[in-house]
Amino acid sequence: MWTLIQIELYKIFRRPRTYIAFIAVAALITIIQFGLKVDGKSYADFLMKDIGGTMEIDGNIINGYLICYIMLQLLLVHVPLLVALIAADMISGEANMGTLRLLISKPFSRTELLLAKFFASTVYTLLLLIWLAILALFLSMWIFGTGDMFLMKSSYVVLLSENDVFWRYAGAFVFAALAMVTVAALGFFLSIFAENSIGPIVATMSVIVFFTILSTLNIPIFNALKPYLFTTHMISWKEFFDIQVNDANEAIVGSIQNPQKIVNSALVLVLHIIGFVGGSIWIFNKKDVLS
Amino acid sequence: MMQQIVQVKGLTKQFKNLTAVNNLSFSVNEGDVYGFLGQNGAGKSTSIRMMLTLIEPTSGQIELFGMDLARHRREILRNVGAVIEKPDVYKYLSAYENLELFARLSGIKPTKKLLMDQLEMVGLANRANDRVKTFSQGMKQRLGIGIALVHNPQLIVLDEPTNGLDPQGIADIRNLILHLSRDLKKTIVVSSHLLSEIEQVATRVLIIDKGQKLVEGNAAELFDPAQTIVELQTMDNAFALEQLKASPWSSYLQAQRNTAILLKLNRTEIPSLHTDLAAMQIQLLSLQPRHSLEDYFLQITSGNQHVDTYTN
Amino acid sequence: MRHFFFIVVLFVSFTNVQAQDMTALVTKVKAKLDQVNDYEAEGNMKTDVSFIKAPIGKVKVYFKKPNKFRLKKEGGISLLPKGGVSVNISTIITTSDFVALAAGEAVIDGFKTKIVKLLPTNEASEIVITTLYIDEPNLLVRKAITTTKENGTYEMQMSYGAYANYGLPQKVVFSFNTKDYKLPKGITLEFDDNEKPLSEAQKLKNKKGRVEITYSNYIVNKGIADSFFK
Repeated sequence: MWTLIQIELYKIFRRPRTYIAFIAVAALITIIQFGLKVDGKSYADFLMKDIGGTMEIDGNIINGYLICYIMLQLLLVHVPLLVALIAADMISGEANMGTLRLLISKPFSRTELLLAKFFASTVYTLLLLIWLAILALFLSMWIFGTGDMFLMKSSYVVLLSENDVFWRYAGAFVFAALAMVTVAALGFFLSIFAENSIGPIVATMSVIVFFTILSTLNIPIFNALKPYLFTTHMISWKEFFDIQVNDANEAIVGSIQNPQKIVNSALVLVLHIIGFVGGSIWIFNKKDVLS
Repeated sequence: MMQQIVQVKGLTKQFKNLTAVNNLSFSVNEGDVYGFLGQNGAGKSTSIRMMLTLIEPTSGQIELFGMDLARHRREILRNVGAVIEKPDVYKYLSAYENLELFARLSGIKPTKKLLMDQLEMVGLANRANDRVKTFSQGMKQRLGIGIALVHNPQLIVLDEPTNGLDPQGIADIRNLILHLSRDLKKTIVVSSHLLSEIEQVATRVLIIDKGQKLVEGNAAELFDPAQTIVELQTMDNAFALEQLKASPWSSYLQAQRNTAILLKLNRTEIPSLHTDLAAMQIQLLSLQPRHSLEDYFLQITSGNQHVDTYTN
Repeated sequence: MRHFFFIVVLFVSFTNVQAQDMTALVTKVKAKLDQVNDYEAEGNMKTDVSFIKAPIGKVKVYFKKPNKFRLKKEGGISLLPKGGVSVNISTIITTSDFVALAAGEAVIDGFKTKIVKLLPTNEASEIVITTLYIDEPNLLVRKAITTTKENGTYEMQMSYGAYANYGLPQKVVFSFNTKDYKLPKGITLEFDDNEKPLSEAQKLKNKKGRVEITYSNYIVNKGIADSFFK
């Protein structure tokens, strides 16, 4: 099994395609950072417009912490594509290349093969997120400095103390990793049905885009569906950045407004992962390899 | 008694409406080069894929090395090397890297020497570090065979190994098969839709059509020169037939097929047939000898099985 | 923050005896405050606005006569009522063109106070009226209510401690009216209905915002460069 995992990782990281994702993430992040460094003032002014007409924000809100949040918000919509690029190719790519039949005629079970492949795509996904964290969080912290984090939510604003932010990012990245592994699992699942990688990649993205739209639309008939869509739960990393207040409306440092929601979403995602991977194994074990 | 390496009993594979393999039974003995013959679509690939666990049989039993394939998959496959149709490998890796990767997947820890020796054997040592992307079809095929052999398996399965190769490539593969069989004492199952290829290497032959076994036998018998079919074409076939029926050759007559007269004889008798034909004043247009098996195979593949009947 | 400095342009006028009395009181208070050329103070700031979730933060406040004021929060970001928290009373009584009218007496925090209405005489003034609750024996402003043209009415309540001699409060509670705050979910990229998590904040949704600063330490008249306030 360990040999299989090593080999799968070796294959992933010997392919040029793998590095597209890392380069894409780096390019996107550095461009945003460059833009904010050069012209952050006007962006800050836009954000710092009076809130609710009665309050104003004093200080520089464009610090490393807020920038990371903005980038996570933007990138976590795009990173699934980069995850799908590899995960949705894991089986279909081998089928397309013609190596799948050789792999399957080797002395290990299909279940082992799939688990090793899924583990390898998970490692890739996690490395991509670590890379994202290095660039979006640590590089931004280095370029823009740290400070309090000011966040606008749809019906209130949150101000987090400087020393109350970092651990939230740790949690958010762990959660985001879970969300991205769910995407990987979906791509992986779809990849067992195809003999080319484009199909499953496009299908994975389509599912995510479609579900995200359903998640975003505030139409009552769809609202009932929302709790069942994994995309709704994928953004629960944001919950780490909402803080509880006490009766005196003081934010309680170190608290999370709705930890149960994070736990629930995490459970939903874990169930999806188990479902997708389990489904892949079940179906793939019965599948005739004709490629 | 020779060990049976492969034993297939009542193997059937049903794909929705198509019965790809229908109640097929055969066995391969240790040291055989087992020729698996059939048209494209006859069920060769499906059978081979079932032997390699790529396809699950609908019914029937496959035993390799005396063990049930479904139950002892891992042990069995450790001892099998295969090239299945096109020899596809990881194009972004070099020949050496591919070989190393598949060696490890086959359960061995290859040394550099072993890998280089293997590449040497298939004639790729000088291209060891080139990416497979740059290889010709023949080189890929040789690498594929190298991969099939790297873990020193007892049984080697080659599915259409000469497909898409040029004559030199075909000859290379043929020589390699002979080398594996004679020098390394491997048991080999090789499939093809071309009789000529199988004829030159096989010790035993199985012909299948529409998923069913037609013939199984020793190549020596099937390709016996005593079983030569001669196809005659003359200026006047009716006259020629009349003459032949009246001659001692009458017992050799097989049948008449459209424009040709068929005789079954020993290859060594052809010169005297030639002389007699001249003596009978039969004006000969052509005289084509072939193995009865070849004749038979040609008929199957051209789809008119009703004309002659050959019984095993 | 810049609005801080617009806030107080008050005019003094000597048209009325009653007013003159009050003007004298205001002038005395002003004189007391005038002892302080500058100060630097540390404190804790608490923001209590229904739609804001903010923790108590450490602040440093800097003041220099006549009306330079700067609030620095540890961590860098503070949320303040628009139009200026006159976090200190000094900025309210910096100039002298106002009409001061007596408006009775009241008890604030157990202290008897005189109610003085200050009306700016300049029509361009942002301030419409300021009501001061002055503790006459101690010459301390206990409470101030300022109505502005643009930004509504603010109330300041002060309690004094060790620096009462300088007229510097130990605690300032600033109250003001707030409006609703709402951003479309499309902008904040929030998919779910997160109305419920607001419940705690909604309990306090009385449309009154409060900012509280408790000072722990003043450094008075040690000199602060003007450039610091830019």
